Amino acid sequence: MNFSIYDFTSFTKWIDNALNSSMSPGWAILVELVIIGIVFIAFYAVIGLYLVLAERKVCALIQNRLGPNRVGPIGMFQTIADLIKLLMKELIEIKHADKFLFNLAPFIVIIASFMAIAALPFAKGLHAIDLNIGIFYLFAVSSLGVIGILLSGWSSNSKYSLIGAIRSGAQVVSYELSVGLALLSVVIFSGTMQLSGIVESQANGWWIIKGHIPAIISFLIFLVASTAETNRGPFDLAEAESELTAGFHTEYSGIKFAFFFLAEYMNMFIVAAIAATVFLGGWMPFHIQGWEGMNNVMDYIPPFIWFFGKTIFVILVMMWFKWTFPRLRIDQLLTLEWKYLLPINLMNIVLIAFIVLMGWYIK
Amino acid sequence: MEEVFQDVIIKNSDDYIINMGPQHPSTHGVLRFELCLKGEIVKYIIPHCGYIHRGIEKMCEKDTYQQIIHLTDRFDYLSAHINNEAVSIAVENALEVEVPERVKYIRTIIAELNRIASHQLWWCAFGMDLGALTTFFYGLRDRERILDIFEESFGSRLIHSVNCPGGLMYDIHPNFQQKIKDFIKYFRKVLPEYDQLLTDNVIFQVRSKGMGVMSKADAISYGVTGPCGRGSGFSCDVRKNHPYSAYSKVDFKEILFTEGDTFARYKVRIEEMWESMKILEQLVDNIPEGNYTAKMKPIIKLPVGEFFQRVETARGELGVFIVSDGNKTPLRVKFRTPNFSNLFIINKIASGNKIADLVAISGSLDLVIPDIDR
Amino acid sequence: MTNDELKFVVSEWVAGVEFPENKQYLEVLFPAESLHKLAKLLKETSETDFDYLFCLSGVDYGKQFAVVYHLESTTLKHELVLKVKTDDRTNPNFDTVCGIWRTAEWFEREVFDLYGIKFNNHPDLRRLFLPEDWVGYPLRKDFKDELNIIER
Repeated sequence: MNFSIYDFTSFTKWIDNALNSSMSPGWAILVELVIIGIVFIAFYAVIGLYLVLAERKVCALIQNRLGPNRVGPIGMFQTIADLIKLLMKELIEIKHADKFLFNLAPFIVIIASFMAIAALPFAKGLHAIDLNIGIFYLFAVSSLGVIGILLSGWSSNSKYSLIGAIRSGAQVVSYELSVGLALLSVVIFSGTMQLSGIVESQANGWWIIKGHIPAIISFLIFLVASTAETNRGPFDLAEAESELTAGFHTEYSGIKFAFFFLAEYMNMFIVAAIAATVFLGGWMPFHIQGWEGMNNVMDYIPPFIWFFGKTIFVILVMMWFKWTFPRLRIDQLLTLEWKYLLPINLMNIVLIAFIVLMGWYIK
Repeated sequence: MEEVFQDVIIKNSDDYIINMGPQHPSTHGVLRFELCLKGEIVKYIIPHCGYIHRGIEKMCEKDTYQQIIHLTDRFDYLSAHINNEAVSIAVENALEVEVPERVKYIRTIIAELNRIASHQLWWCAFGMDLGALTTFFYGLRDRERILDIFEESFGSRLIHSVNCPGGLMYDIHPNFQQKIKDFIKYFRKVLPEYDQLLTDNVIFQVRSKGMGVMSKADAISYGVTGPCGRGSGFSCDVRKNHPYSAYSKVDFKEILFTEGDTFARYKVRIEEMWESMKILEQLVDNIPEGNYTAKMKPIIKLPVGEFFQRVETARGELGVFIVSDGNKTPLRVKFRTPNFSNLFIINKIASGNKIADLVAISGSLDLVIPDIDR
Repeated sequence: MTNDELKFVVSEWVAGVEFPENKQYLEVLFPAESLHKLAKLLKETSETDFDYLFCLSGVDYGKQFAVVYHLESTTLKHELVLKVKTDDRTNPNFDTVCGIWRTAEWFEREVFDLYGIKFNNHPDLRRLFLPEDWVGYPLRKDFKDELNIIER
């Protein structure tokens, strides 16, 4: 198959070589880190802001209204205006709060989501690090954010925040299991934990198609569990506007609040990107074996369009969840995980192992 | 003491107390609940009211009967018209004035429109309480149409004070009947959407079924009326039991559910919207010709005595108790507002549940705080 | 029960009963000492069965305070108005009925808040609407507030 026109490996190699030839290796790595950092910060800001806008537009669509449409064409710059407003807002100090932890918490949340993007393969050769335990890394890093949430709730010295944070803790710890086991199913299929390896293994078809029923079950469980893990509706118990006013970030204002807000949307992007990479083939085009003509046409669509298209599809599904379902109660939430999702997931893993052993999947 | 109060709150010094309100998104106004929590579970709830107490009863003692109308709008602003109707009928009965049939019909029509609008807004807010944010816009979209009908005929949308002792302030707009027919046609199509969006949702059903169960005996003893009482099987519809205006001429069902839980209270209100549309359909084509007000003296002086009028607002039974000493201002006006009685059962039915359930239960009681505080 | 039967029953139970003229309901004016006894009998006797207290209001007649109880039976569909009066303006007090009709607990708190009428044996007699440190009882006819109330 021919991906060479969209292969970024040579491009990144060329930058690496150019830097190495003009300076010492130590400096070259430093410059590379700075470049990647700047690219990711810009990427993060743009994606975060436009996801907020997208959510407002999607929610407006579902709710029979227009959504933001005043700042810029069809409200394109609304969230930028919001960001400027949030930057200029006063940061309210809480008298009896634990100042250090209170200020640290939003950074932990946002750094955790930052670290996760590093491992995502956007296209062939276009990723910051290609760890051989990529899934394991994502899995580990994405659960770091909850430490920030717990700290924010505890240090705010507010009862509402504390309840929200503890709820969030219980929720994330529980749903982490389902997320991990759902991802594990694809690891069994593809035989590798390296994200680029998983994507390459889907060159002749995405796992959700190749793995048929058990893969679809895993995908659905992943969708539910990851929605819960990102604290989004209908699992937004940590914020639970109607119960806890704003949950763990009740006491935050201005840009610190914006950090939580952005991190929530970035987490949504990350889980959607993981779902796209692991189940929907990542940047791999849609291929059907034997239909060479169509496969070639598909190959001409750039891989990052495939990647973002799939990610946006998963994001839209998650937004659709949020705006149509009522919120669950904490005990129902935990019941759903421990009594339904986890047992189904474990059985599914056994099933997948059996299927892989027998070779009953599309190779 | 002879009686044993089983549900009297016993405070403890090491209780984990949390304040819900007066500025809280789901108390629907400036109500404060003092909650004692044990983890997520609410041990007891002490409602504190008075944050919007305006002394309407005191103000009424200084005002003439025509002026009182403009104060009664302001307690249960979502059924403003029905509140006015209560005072108007009380004054008319005291004076033994017979109002024209036309007035009775129009009053009933507006009252039912008001009831639908109120239930729509309740549905919006109840969805929000449970975290289903889309309901808010669906409900408001339809409520807008009713408010438009009010605006066209009476010049204002929410609190139109169109009732006055003796009749109406103005006659209806020529489009009034057609607009109502259009609305009913539209709303009959749209109301099933409410069920699709919220009622049939699995999460909604597990959140509301079996939550906050109120027995019939409790409902009567606590004086819980309206849809909340009827959800427990307490047949308390004043429109049926003590018909006023044109309710004796129309055929409608009193919606009764016996479960007494949040879901039953929810269903009562949804069914009541259907019933209200039925009432409207029966009345809207048959508004008799005639004057829109009875002949009244410019200064109304009630005879000496005590007068009581009960009406059914969207939230329950409203009683107006007027004590007159023969002057142009009353000696005492007491409003028995539905929410006042409905609120105080909350400790009984919501304690022992989770915070999220407390929000759902207080949402299902459909509290309007100015109605409690007056 | 018809009004005449109710009249008979009530005058059997308590002494010193009057039936003032009232076009709408049967009204019973009786000495405050027997309030609790009469209320309990009205609620618990199956022939009267007044289980629903739909209004409880305090009234200041200028010289006297009164508390008016509007009762209805949800099963027998008859109505009754009880009225008790007191001349004591410094320390008016009546027995509570909140063990008989639970809704009375908050109605009585409201009456206490606005009229200063005390209800003996009430489990939680605090102000309901006004702040705890409010001086005076605003619905009394002799309440003066020169700052906020403009006399016309």
